[in-house]
Amino acid sequence: MDITEFYETFFEEAEELLGDMERHLLELDVDDPDPEQLNAIFRAAHSIKGGAGTFGFLVLQETTHILENLLDHTRRGELTLRRDIVDTFLEAKDMLHDQLDAYRNSAEPDPEAFERICAILKQLALDELGKSMGGEGAAASSAPAAAKPEPEPEPEPVREEDTASADGEAGEGALCVALLDVNDKDRSLLVEELGQLGKILDQRGDAKRYEVILESGVSTDDIEAVMCFVIEPEQIQISSVGAPPATTEPAAAKTAPVAAKKEETPPPAEKQAVSTAPAPAEQAKSAADKPAKPPAKAQGTKNKAGGESSLRVPVDKVDQIINLVGELIITQSMLDQTASEFDGVTHSALHNGLNLLQRNARDLQEAVMSIRMMPMDYVFSRFPRLVRDLAAKLDKDVELVTEGKSTELDKSLIERIIDPLTHLVRNSLDHGIESPDKREAAGKPRTGKLTLSAQHQGGNILIEVIDDGAGLNRKKLLAKAESNGLAVSDSMSDDEVWQLIFAPGFSTAEKVSDVSGRGVGMDVVKRNIQSMGGHVEIVSREGQGTTTRIVLPLTLAILDGMSIKVGDEVFILPLGAVLESLQPNEDDLYSMAGNDLLLKVRDEYLPVIALHQVLDVQNARTKLTECIVVIVQGEGRRYALVVDDLVGQQQVVVKNLETNYRKVPGISAATILGDGSVALILDIADLHRLSRRKAPRRNNDHQPQLVQEVLPS
Amino acid sequence: MTAVSQANNQLQQVSAAAIDTQSSEFLVFSLGEEEYAVDILKVQEIRGYENVTRIANAPDFIKGVTNLRGVIVPIVDLRIKFHLDKVEYGGQTVVIVVNVAERVVGIVVDGVSDVMTLSPDQIKPAPEFGVALSSDYLSGLGSLDDRMLVLVDIDKLLTSEEMALVDRTAK
Repeated sequence: MDITEFYETFFEEAEELLGDMERHLLELDVDDPDPEQLNAIFRAAHSIKGGAGTFGFLVLQETTHILENLLDHTRRGELTLRRDIVDTFLEAKDMLHDQLDAYRNSAEPDPEAFERICAILKQLALDELGKSMGGEGAAASSAPAAAKPEPEPEPEPVREEDTASADGEAGEGALCVALLDVNDKDRSLLVEELGQLGKILDQRGDAKRYEVILESGVSTDDIEAVMCFVIEPEQIQISSVGAPPATTEPAAAKTAPVAAKKEETPPPAEKQAVSTAPAPAEQAKSAADKPAKPPAKAQGTKNKAGGESSLRVPVDKVDQIINLVGELIITQSMLDQTASEFDGVTHSALHNGLNLLQRNARDLQEAVMSIRMMPMDYVFSRFPRLVRDLAAKLDKDVELVTEGKSTELDKSLIERIIDPLTHLVRNSLDHGIESPDKREAAGKPRTGKLTLSAQHQGGNILIEVIDDGAGLNRKKLLAKAESNGLAVSDSMSDDEVWQLIFAPGFSTAEKVSDVSGRGVGMDVVKRNIQSMGGHVEIVSREGQGTTTRIVLPLTLAILDGMSIKVGDEVFILPLGAVLESLQPNEDDLYSMAGNDLLLKVRDEYLPVIALHQVLDVQNARTKLTECIVVIVQGEGRRYALVVDDLVGQQQVVVKNLETNYRKVPGISAATILGDGSVALILDIADLHRLSRRKAPRRNNDHQPQLVQEVLPS
Repeated sequence: MTAVSQANNQLQQVSAAAIDTQSSEFLVFSLGEEEYAVDILKVQEIRGYENVTRIANAPDFIKGVTNLRGVIVPIVDLRIKFHLDKVEYGGQTVVIVVNVAERVVGIVVDGVSDVMTLSPDQIKPAPEFGVALSSDYLSGLGSLDDRMLVLVDIDKLLTSEEMALVDRTAK
């Protein structure tokens, strides 16, 4: 089997693990760290290291190894956390991410960066650990040292881990630490280190095998951990010399909470089977602080600890299922239509069966759609770091609050919302939230508050970025817009003024920083969100803050539509764009410039666009008062769309037209109706543009020409 | 519909037959009185002309889109494109579904007659004229006894700018 097949799995998993690690690091309370969190961080590092080793990503393995050792000491309380240590860990995590990316692109990671981070971590290890080992070493091991008889470690590193995990604790007694193939320089360093850990009784041997007899209360794990900063784990063999017989209860001896899991350490042969319930195995392994290479398969198939079993499936497989289910729904409604012609009494069994089929098909569709759904946490989880870093850079105090993390959204949308949201958060931090001094002067708490929230609202998801900063400055915006040559007036409503910031090249920042202020952002944000079928709103009050509200559809694959009829053709209107429908009165229709029509709806004059004219539909009703107008809204424009009839509401499966054809003006996509025919889904905003493009032509020539050239899209 | 099933049968027979590496096989179809042929390896299937949804503001030879087992496929009427006088849709009207440039496109023709094997010496170069059909879109002329087959380079034809099937800007 080709191991490269598993690379992708590893990369994905490692990325997730790094994400976990970062999250925990950020949440960590430096003064009173939660042992569970420390364990989680450690486990993440450990798993990555294991995988990296398996796949031969040496640099990655090495880096994680050093980090892991440090984390392990932290976990055991031998290394006291400080904010700068957490920063170093975070930096190391970033470095791991870079290395991962390099491997993903089939490149070797930057060796200089690697050297640097290793040096930093090693230094940290020597500084902090040397101190604590010397000073607190005894305390660390002062727990009832119920040592087990130390069996001869097996030479295989894989095994070593397991044996060690079962008896990681050495008792008060002499240990024989054998250093294999260690050069003189490292050896003297190591012996010195060992000297700090305990009392060296004897030392002998040569470069090939150098034995140090050590009397120490420190566990073999710790000894190894310290030495692993300098040499490879395979180069160390530790055995006890005449250790006093001890109890066989390792759990009691452990200070770390993971200890309880130790007994559950499976024999290596069972590793594979255990991977369905990875947590105990994982923890047991972490208890054994041996940087040995874990069995490849157990590592590769392992889920992150947490006990939930999940399956990793390529997205296109899921998409295929969704497509197939869509087909099933269509087939089902075709059957329904055919069956409706049969008599209900004589064919009751058929009808019952079909009803059942319909229900099952809908349930199936819902279940399948939910596969693609991902919690917003996937997006939100990357912001604590961003906010922390940015706040530090800008010298601001910012507290980030996230709400509605479990709100689910289609995966394709989740991925596309990250960039716009990042931009909004940056904006809020840079422009919105003021510096602590300014805030204090304004009578606000020094710490600014940035809230990210997600919630369902009907068939949409509502994502909000709320800051309690200075808010948008109406005057400044208007002045800026004017100097940019935009048409503005003082009588514009606040909403209209806020919309100005979405104009291309618009920035109110007095100076351009590397955070934001180049003015290329907000229009991109708006475009991105519109391309996802959503829209952005801003609510702002000067001095109190700004709320940016993003409304997105839950999924792109299924659309709530209203089917309408014009002539003999059926079209689908996105239900989200439909405000109301009515039959117009002659009195409410006004003409403008001879050709344009306006419809008065509740004191508002709306332009009238006849669908049959825009799309050249034959045999459509031409008398407006016999038609139905649907009031629609798209990209902020509202107009009255003239159609012949409303057919009904239905959920439709969205099919891309561009797969085999091209973008069609006024049309966003296509779908397949119950009778198997194709219906086109109208693009409300584009229809408006199309109508305006066609308008001059209609003036010259009422005959709809056979359009030879294709309209520019 | 009989024409369709006949043609499909022929397709199957051909694929079962031994393939001569030197010569290539072509699906012969008729447009009015003229006979055309396309490389059989480009042909996915043959079906009847039905249920085509019109696309507004598209060139007249693009008849619209249809549902091919859940895939939305554009339908092009080559008779209109080649300016044939008589364009009728009936039981004999056939859609040849072809695979070009990773796309699926249906082309409307008057009928599918047979599958021909042409050896290289039976294929003559296309002449350098052609107003309705530029010789760019021809891979040659096939001569078979007294018949002349216009060998259409369906890839080039359907992806060409003037067919407006492919969105250049989107590509």
